[in-house]
Amino acid sequence: MARSLYLLIFLAIIWLLLSGHYTPLLLGLGAASCLLVWYISERMDLVDHEEHPLHLHPIRLILYWGWLGGEVVKSNIDVARRIIDPNLPIQPKLLRVRTSQKTELGQVIYANSITLTPGTVSIDLEGYEIEVHALAADPAEALLDGEMDRRVSAVERPQPEDPRSGQR
Amino acid sequence: MSVVLDIATALCLIGGAAFIIIGGIGLIRLPDFFTRLHAAGCGETLGAWLVLLGLLFQSGWSLNSVKLIMIFVLLVLTGPTATHALAKSALHGGLKPKHLERD
Repeated sequence: MARSLYLLIFLAIIWLLLSGHYTPLLLGLGAASCLLVWYISERMDLVDHEEHPLHLHPIRLILYWGWLGGEVVKSNIDVARRIIDPNLPIQPKLLRVRTSQKTELGQVIYANSITLTPGTVSIDLEGYEIEVHALAADPAEALLDGEMDRRVSAVERPQPEDPRSGQR
Repeated sequence: MSVVLDIATALCLIGGAAFIIIGGIGLIRLPDFFTRLHAAGCGETLGAWLVLLGLLFQSGWSLNSVKLIMIFVLLVLTGPTATHALAKSALHGGLKPKHLERD
């Protein structure tokens, strides 16, 4: 119940920020639409155990975002340089990366981070391995180095109800 | 102060546009589907981010900035997910990456 109340509060905040019109009629319509969405999500059982951000360390997550942003900028410049180079210096590669995350959410963050940095795209996730397509040898090596994997794992905070916690 | 902000906006918009154009050039130059995904990622990440940052300088502290930040969050969450969905369905649909380097 507490979880779905969070959803209602979140919806209300989003509506207020997006609307910017605070007349009684529009506020009433906004409240009605929030309640409708909340009711539908409840009926569809959309709110599951991962809805909470409890699974992550908030401060470490923000630090990780900063680090990831820097990596994205660096790899963007690298990929842009390869594209405009007349010789097109690419050596496409498929590689498998092991993941050390303990939660599914952690794995999703890791796989999405790989895709977000240009030069590497995660194409498949099986068990504890991610299959990655890399544009060249350098981004592939940077990934195999495992720094991103360690940083994502440091952000995690597994909860007892996670299906995978305590498995490894 | 507003001149400084205008210059910052101009630099960000030009930089963002440059990355989006380079991404477009990459879409044409690169040899196969999987390598083209990397080029698309170029415009989708830093290109779009710089454009949004440039617009943020203009909107200042207002509700419009909140909306721009929401667009940013949405892009960061949906971009890689869509790219992954494309790549995975291509691979499972039988498309093989070309020009692979053999180890």
